[in-house]
Amino acid sequence: MIEGFAAALPANAWNWVAVWRRNYLAWKKVALVSLLGNLADPMIYLFGLGTGLGIMVGRVDGASYIAFLAAGMVAVSAMTASTLETLYAAFARMHSQRTWEAMLYTHITLGDIVLGELAWAATKAFMAGTAITIVTATLGYAAWPSVLYALPIIALTGCVFASLAMIVTALSPSYDYFVFYQTLVLTPMLFLSGAVFPLNQLPGAFQQIARCMPLSHAIDLIRPVMLDHPISGIALHVGVLGLYALLPFFLSMALLRRRLMR
Amino acid sequence: MSQDQKHQVLKRKLGPEDLRRFETPAIEREFHGQTSAKSSVPDSLSTVAVDFAGVTKSYGNKIVVDELSFSVASGECFGLLGPNGAGKSTIARMLLGMTCPDAGTITVLGVPVPARARLARRGIGVVPQFDNLDQEFTVRENLLVFGRYFGMSTRQSEAVIPSLLEFARLERKADARVSELSGGMKRCLTMARALINDPQLIVMDEPTTGLDPHARHLIWERLRALLARGKTIILTTHFMEEAERLCDRLCVLEKGRNIAEGGPQALIDEHIGCQVMEIYGGDPHELLSLVKPHSQRIEVSGETLYCYAPDPDQVRTQLQGRAGLRLLLRPANLEDVFLRLTGREMEE
Repeated sequence: MIEGFAAALPANAWNWVAVWRRNYLAWKKVALVSLLGNLADPMIYLFGLGTGLGIMVGRVDGASYIAFLAAGMVAVSAMTASTLETLYAAFARMHSQRTWEAMLYTHITLGDIVLGELAWAATKAFMAGTAITIVTATLGYAAWPSVLYALPIIALTGCVFASLAMIVTALSPSYDYFVFYQTLVLTPMLFLSGAVFPLNQLPGAFQQIARCMPLSHAIDLIRPVMLDHPISGIALHVGVLGLYALLPFFLSMALLRRRLMR
Repeated sequence: MSQDQKHQVLKRKLGPEDLRRFETPAIEREFHGQTSAKSSVPDSLSTVAVDFAGVTKSYGNKIVVDELSFSVASGECFGLLGPNGAGKSTIARMLLGMTCPDAGTITVLGVPVPARARLARRGIGVVPQFDNLDQEFTVRENLLVFGRYFGMSTRQSEAVIPSLLEFARLERKADARVSELSGGMKRCLTMARALINDPQLIVMDEPTTGLDPHARHLIWERLRALLARGKTIILTTHFMEEAERLCDRLCVLEKGRNIAEGGPQALIDEHIGCQVMEIYGGDPHELLSLVKPHSQRIEVSGETLYCYAPDPDQVRTQLQGRAGLRLLLRPANLEDVFLRLTGREMEE
């Protein structure tokens, strides 16, 4: 059993790149459409909520509401981009297109595939998050140059949500189950993680829950660097995000092994 | 099997074109600029390419592969013949290390599988039952991307792609998207893709299922070209004709068990041993009593009477003068063997 799991682990430190490059080549053919699609949704939220609610809310944590919201939307766009890539696109490659099966005929192991898919989903999250960061910085809603520190955190956030979504991909019999994850996990997380309003507005119990959620740790890192505010507990936030990226990776691999190699 | 015998076996199975190719040393160098000696396995491994010993696999209570043993010699085409659900695809998956047997040992190209399956896969090419090419990629991109999965650089892949395209007869389609190709072309591309790592062993899972007759003949011809290059092929199929045409040896599977093994003709001789007369157009049960004394064995399937007759003329004489009857005398084939072994409506 353990031996079998070991054989499914990534074969080496670079095999996954072949999987990543396959996805990159496929993406390149539809790059513009894909980027616009990833960008449109958070932008609509940002300007819709930011300008509309901003008038009523005024300033939050010493910043305009739209600047406060921008940091949340950067994290949320990274979450959404990597989640959708791992749920729908990676599931298609595993299930209906049988791309993973073809990879398993070769030197690629299941671990290489999972790692390559996660890296690719994180790349898409990075592109989506960075695009919004650029727009908000250009419009003057983010501080320059400290906003640059947001970029590695966006990538890490992408890894976290790709890794979590891979568990759902591994367990889902079909596409229809993804909506449960989206509505029962991601949407509550959006409201419990300080993306659209400050966490201290919540009752104490909800604040405790929020501290367990990866999105709130991502936002706690991204918002200060975008607003050029002092930042605290970096090691804790990065550590929690690291665990949320690593543990689901191994869990999803074990689940996928059970699903595909039985 | 001695080298000479193998040569004979191959010659017997080759068409004139392949034979010409076989006898031209250049063909051996067609792939990767390697000579056959260079690309072949070490001598100690060259006799047995694949060995299954007492392999069992079950899912829940259902035994899919049952105490299966067989050996495949290097350079031969070995068939796994059986109906859907006989365990063929599971055997192919176990051979690739994609699923673990519950019991028994599997050795592929001298390497224990699944323990060292990744090493074994270095020498294996796979043509799967279900098309898993990248539809949005071009023909060339498919080969390039697949080469990367074997750790091949773009330059290394590009060096072999022209010969692979030539093999697949897709030179003019190199930059066409896979979604624009016909079913036969896609299958040829899958075969070419399976050759990118210059494998010694090629596993083909139902390679012609779902193809039209033209495409099927093309695949058969390409498959023989591979045999002429000295490749070992494991072919799973439920087409008896395909197995009979292509396989040096085969094993007949029923519910995961090896119920017969041997060369196609040897199996036919052993289990049938005479010509078959198909009789239809009358009441088979009425005809049965008429022809029974002159037959070795009789089977009824639907409205057809299968009469295994050492002397077909006697049967013909018996049936003379009966209107509306149609008689077809033909050599026995693998289908007869298969049905005999697995049983149709047996009358005797």
